[in-house]
Amino acid sequence: MKIYVKYFASVRDLMGKDSENLKIEDSLSANELWKSLTVDKKTPTRVLVAVNHEYVDKNFKLKDGDEIAFFPPVTGG
Amino acid sequence: MKIEIMNEKFDPWKALVDYKKNVLLNDSSIGATSVFVGTVRDFNDDEEIDSMELEHYPGMTEKYLEDIVNTAIKKYKIIDGLVIHRVGLLEPTDPIVIVATWSEHRDNAFNATRDIMEALKAQAPFWKKESTENGFRWVTPSVEQEENTNEI
Repeated sequence: MKIYVKYFASVRDLMGKDSENLKIEDSLSANELWKSLTVDKKTPTRVLVAVNHEYVDKNFKLKDGDEIAFFPPVTGG
Repeated sequence: MKIEIMNEKFDPWKALVDYKKNVLLNDSSIGATSVFVGTVRDFNDDEEIDSMELEHYPGMTEKYLEDIVNTAIKKYKIIDGLVIHRVGLLEPTDPIVIVATWSEHRDNAFNATRDIMEALKAQAPFWKKESTENGFRWVTPSVEQEENTNEI
């Protein structure tokens, strides 16, 4: 299945890109995807994940067409 | 309700007056207006800040701000709420955010403005990058904000 992945702020710096289209195996979780994308990277301790503009739990199962975003804790206001 | 992400410098006080006059039409049931304005400081963690870049997640940020204001409207029965938040390049003294609420009585407006601001800081996807004499650095949240359960 196909998904669209976005990275923001320090996570974008870590990944060296702001987004990518990926083909992944069915029913992969957000956490499994993150682990597979960062196998060779030193990852920050705290990363948040949103799917289709909603925060989700790390065990959230991805579906075809989902937009998933990884980013550090937010610092607005 | 108005939610706006601004890429240009704005005047929060003018925005407040304009909204009350042009959108709320000086609603005569309003007894209280509560306002929070956040501005860029010229120091953080004992370092001087030259400028700051703010980025957001278009779509998700607006959605969360709308949900946050709607929650406050329902919880405190306020008449209306306004949130304007800057993104882009900001300098010390520039306004970052205005949160304003209107209600019949002061308690509801005070509480709603506070709730909206705290929820914005905890949930709305914005990120600050500060420029200091030692280069750029991403801002990390203070300890009391570290309560999000959606971490990987």
